[in-house]
Amino acid sequence: MTDTPAPPDPDRATPDRVAPGPAGLFLAFLGIAISGFGGVLPFARRMLVERRGWLSADEFNETLSLCQSLPGPNIVNLSIATGQRFAGARGSVAAVSGLVLAPMIIVIILGALYGRFGGVERLQGAVTGLGAAAAGLVVATAAKMAEPLLRRRPLSAGPFILLAFGGVGLMHWPLPWVLLALAPISVAIVWRLRAKAAT
Amino acid sequence: MKTSILGVLVTQFAMLSLMAFGGANAVVPEIHRQAVEVHHWMTDKDFAALFAIAQAAPGPNFLVATLVGWKAAGLAGALAATAAMCAPSCLLTFWLVKAWDRYRETAWRNAIAAGVAPVTVGLIGSSALLLVRAADHGWKLGVITAATAGVAYFTRYNPLWCLAVAGGLGALGLVG
Repeated sequence: MTDTPAPPDPDRATPDRVAPGPAGLFLAFLGIAISGFGGVLPFARRMLVERRGWLSADEFNETLSLCQSLPGPNIVNLSIATGQRFAGARGSVAAVSGLVLAPMIIVIILGALYGRFGGVERLQGAVTGLGAAAAGLVVATAAKMAEPLLRRRPLSAGPFILLAFGGVGLMHWPLPWVLLALAPISVAIVWRLRAKAAT
Repeated sequence: MKTSILGVLVTQFAMLSLMAFGGANAVVPEIHRQAVEVHHWMTDKDFAALFAIAQAAPGPNFLVATLVGWKAAGLAGALAATAAMCAPSCLLTFWLVKAWDRYRETAWRNAIAAGVAPVTVGLIGSSALLLVRAADHGWKLGVITAATAGVAYFTRYNPLWCLAVAGGLGALGLVG
């Protein structure tokens, strides 16, 4: 996962990279989607940077950080950005289709099977166990995201973490209102702090 | 009747698409509130099951939207919810990426990203709380949740192993 130079890769055609077309983008993101169990981003890096060599590690990080600062699923944004870069609008459509179509069909089939056989005791037990583990993954995600924020700026980030958690998690207030109320204030505080630090 | 459900699905998910900073997990509480509390498309337990299926399946985890749509209005609902969850944020990203070089490293873009981040963390924490409440009936399930969270936080093992073990234990009837 570090930025050490990759070993020579026979799959990589030439150092000056060939821009992929829509078909190549579709297939690459299809591959990312169906190998991405339990989190797709590591597979995206492996495919785009290491296997196909379409993006350098820095380009990948830069694109990803933009995608993470925009709303929407990060990996979907990454497919849009990568597709756009190499093949414009057609590239974006191809990449996002490759990413979403197959997994969507798979979950619909799984959901239908669950709807049909959800009464079967073993299946119900399996899904109950899965649900508990899936909840644990989200707990870990929240903790992983909170840790660096609380370490770097506890006073400006901590209260907003608590308010958002209290409003949505404990009070069950509608998320749009909580977001619209808190985000502008939090952004304004960051802005002020940075302006002060700069002078 | 069905048309109106589709309309609700599309407007809700399209709005959430533009609010899902940090990914779909941030808007899970609102999806849950709409699906369980406001529209009564499903029970708490159904929601936990659908979320688990979306997590365990390959692909992006926002596909919980697909399953909520499917549960609410069948295949048309699944397709409508998926499209609505993707389209607005995709269009925004497409448009912004084209302008990326112009805005790169501008102070306001960084301030927005840094300012929204703690709110996002609070929202994802809310998702965690509601999923724990929906999923954990009894101490054995609580142990699975805690163990999975610990493995995912402290180690770099693929979390799929935790899901596989938990599903296996459940199938054997050891978690109830």
